[in-house]
Amino acid sequence: MTAVLDIPATVSAPPPDRRIRRQDRLAWVARHSIAIVLVIMFVTPVVYLVLLSLMTSNQALTSDYWPNSWHPENYLRVFQATPLPRYLLNTVIYAVTSTVLTLASSLPAAYALAKLKFRGRNALFLIVICVMMLPPQVVTVPLYLMWARYGLTGSLAPLIIPALFGDAFCIFLLRQFLLTIPSEYLDAARVDGCGEWRTLLRVVLPMAKPGIAAAGLFQFFYCWNDYYGPLLYTSENEKAWTLSLGLASFHSVHHVDWNLVTAATVLAMAPLIIIFFFAQRALVQGITLTGFK
Amino acid sequence: MRLRRNLTTLSFLAPALIGIVVFLVYPLVSAAYFSLTKFDLLTVPKWVGLDNYKSMIDDPFLLQAARNTLWMVVVFVPARIIGAIGLSMLLTQLKRGAGFFRTVFYLPALVPPVAATIAFVYLLKPGTGPVNHFLAKIGIDGPLWFNSPAWAKPALVLLGLWAVGDLMIIFLAAVLGVPESLYEAASLDGANAWQRFWSITLPSIRPVILFAAVTGVIYTLQYFDQAAVAGSIASGQATTGAGISQSFGYPDGSTFTYPLWLYTVGFRYNALGYANALAIVLFVVALGVTVIMLRRARAFSVEEA
Repeated sequence: MTAVLDIPATVSAPPPDRRIRRQDRLAWVARHSIAIVLVIMFVTPVVYLVLLSLMTSNQALTSDYWPNSWHPENYLRVFQATPLPRYLLNTVIYAVTSTVLTLASSLPAAYALAKLKFRGRNALFLIVICVMMLPPQVVTVPLYLMWARYGLTGSLAPLIIPALFGDAFCIFLLRQFLLTIPSEYLDAARVDGCGEWRTLLRVVLPMAKPGIAAAGLFQFFYCWNDYYGPLLYTSENEKAWTLSLGLASFHSVHHVDWNLVTAATVLAMAPLIIIFFFAQRALVQGITLTGFK
Repeated sequence: MRLRRNLTTLSFLAPALIGIVVFLVYPLVSAAYFSLTKFDLLTVPKWVGLDNYKSMIDDPFLLQAARNTLWMVVVFVPARIIGAIGLSMLLTQLKRGAGFFRTVFYLPALVPPVAATIAFVYLLKPGTGPVNHFLAKIGIDGPLWFNSPAWAKPALVLLGLWAVGDLMIIFLAAVLGVPESLYEAASLDGANAWQRFWSITLPSIRPVILFAAVTGVIYTLQYFDQAAVAGSIASGQATTGAGISQSFGYPDGSTFTYPLWLYTVGFRYNALGYANALAIVLFVVALGVTVIMLRRARAFSVEEA
């Protein structure tokens, strides 16, 4: 839990003067007090949610924040009494297939943009950045009509099929990462008679694993959290709803069962937090790559 | 030989190029065309020239939505940048437990926006929520938050600050990348911590601030999920799926952002011509902001690294 970033903390040499040292200690206490207060503020929303989810439905409607009696069976009930399993399944299908396909279709393009020389490369990279910056609402109406024409609205298809054709953010992130791989390795492979595809699969792919992991995580999180896409394409067919969409509608169906609503909410965030603890290094490296100096 | 190399390159780029044509060029051209028509799905599009753009001028809902989005640009974006810089500065000062604090400050950024919004609506419930409960204990009469037109957007800002973790990581990397020698030189010149922050840290991370501002504005222009879900849940209306647009903007249109209006016009009123005109305007604004960044920021330099 303590190894989020491997960046060394800045250390300033302690001055010998005693007066200053006391000041330093006061500042130390002040800084850590602020940090602890902030931790409480950052943790409270999630803790409150978990506590609500363990109450009876009557108590959950009150202003109590400590359960009188504990009801972990709420988590079981939310699986049995609501379409949550279906939402969960849809979300997993969407997130997993979209992530795999996006990586497969984006990596070659990212490689070309980072390591191959061709005319129009800079222009193409600029286009990729512009696509990345484009609010999805701009192309929403024509795309919706396009999918409707093929009768694919009301299913997950409009969310998954585009993954076959690369994702701007994924291409961008992978390109940034591939730039850090020295070209000498690629030249060596080429001298050995490898074609570009072989170079990509045999040499670049193994070296790019951290970058691919980061890009994959981002794509997975994006799909898992996506609300706008499922709202647009699947709201007409409840069988195709994802967690985000189901959760947002949950409240209106079960508006007196706050304990169940919060249990479902906790279940929606839990997988991401678990993944974080397994993959925090790749994730943090990816975030840093997007921000660069 | 050269042809073959070009064909190889093309094979790498083919999926992405098809994607750009099908999911960007086609819908953009199509949106531009439909924006010049009256189109409601039932009848064939009818050419109306610039009428859709003209009717924007006296569309009271658009005015309200544009105002709300502008409010978010002016308050939400700077608040998140200041919050992220503040947290990253604090983290660089903590020697013990820095990793723990980093993890805690980062984690909320991972929480799905819909889940986070639900949590905040419950947390900030005017009558029974723990926040107002706490405020009452220290003698403050808490606001109505998501049920008050004046406090709904500030509540969304709080939500955005809670999830500021990924921006914080970016700033943390930037702050730690400032050469130590600069600080040492300044200390020798007698600069205190505050002066060092103003004259060394801030100028050094300026490109990252620009990056955060531009991506923040772009994010705000497409701000949808949290506003839609907060309105729906706080209003307590029975809205499911597509019906959610009935509670958009609750309370009193205060959370009604530009993309919410676009969605309502297109998918509730089926005024697709007008919706596409709104989309084209959004496109022009987003492109303008992006161009500013591309021209100013070396970060996106396209040269070979």
